[in-house]
Amino acid sequence: MEAVTFFLAAIISLAGACGVVFLRNPVHAALSLVATLFGVAIHFINLEAYFVAAVQVIVYAGAIVILFLFVIMLLGVDRAESIKTDPIIGQRQIAILAVGGILALGALIGVAFSGDVTGVPPENAQKSTYEGGTAINSDHVHAGDDVRPDQNIKDIGRALFSTRYVFALEITALLLTIGVVGAVVLTRRPKGELDPLPDDDPPSIYRDNENSSDLESTLSEETDPSDETAADESGKDTSEETGVSGE
Amino acid sequence: MILGLSIGPEYYLALSALLFTIGAGGLLVRRNPLVMFMCIELMLNAANLAFISFGKEMGDLGGQLSVLFVLVVAAAEVVIGLAIVVAVMRRRPKASVDEVSVLRG
Repeated sequence: MEAVTFFLAAIISLAGACGVVFLRNPVHAALSLVATLFGVAIHFINLEAYFVAAVQVIVYAGAIVILFLFVIMLLGVDRAESIKTDPIIGQRQIAILAVGGILALGALIGVAFSGDVTGVPPENAQKSTYEGGTAINSDHVHAGDDVRPDQNIKDIGRALFSTRYVFALEITALLLTIGVVGAVVLTRRPKGELDPLPDDDPPSIYRDNENSSDLESTLSEETDPSDETAADESGKDTSEETGVSGE
Repeated sequence: MILGLSIGPEYYLALSALLFTIGAGGLLVRRNPLVMFMCIELMLNAANLAFISFGKEMGDLGGQLSVLFVLVVAAAEVVIGLAIVVAVMRRRPKASVDEVSVLRG
């Protein structure tokens, strides 16, 4: 039964991940991300991490993806991005080569060390993991063989407020405070006029604006004067494959 | 046949590696900053899955606690990153990271 759950959740999460990468519309990518997060939450339940699974659904799918969708709607960038246009010449090929190389290297390492992926067998780890911990009751720290959900939550609470993790927890609170303050400061509208953008923006190693007009915003009336040539161009879909400019 | 298969940690680690690779590839390929953030979330989730499966294998609760801390850091990172994206996009409404070549506004 665990195998069936694993493969179903693996299919869901992998399909969602592919959707994030390959769907052109950012809104669709965000919804695919929800599928991946739910799949990973199913894996967490399968691995008896019940509390983390609940937090995964609530925080990731309920808060972070909604934040993404808010920003997408706020900025009005929910138009398609062309997968085919290559912003830096050869970038896509190099990326595909790099990803393939990483996968091949991982497969090579996996074959080389196959059968002993995790190193230490769990019997030895059970004894040695928390011997150094001072204030933790060792009965409650080990994730046992057959963890009930309520026991899992109790264990996590006890461990989080033990002397081993409580400092990290406090630092986490500080980090969240910094995040809130930073978000407010960063999104504040500046007073007065801003300096004009520099002339070499975008730099000349990138393709010309006229050839990437599918990336052009619908809010083009707010763009700088240097962007007006691209904004004037009609036929947004035809110039996708016109290749390198003469620059 | 598939019902009797016992799922060891290596299955979860392989899935985690695949998810991480898809996220890394998407980060390299996509030019929309929002989608790039989503790919970073994919990579963080792959790391979380590896944490939990190692924690189960070792019989240790530290894996789940690490995942909680990763979640908090990811939330803070997304908040700051999206604030930067909003600040930049308000100035130049283009959804490509290649146009942003200077640090200021």
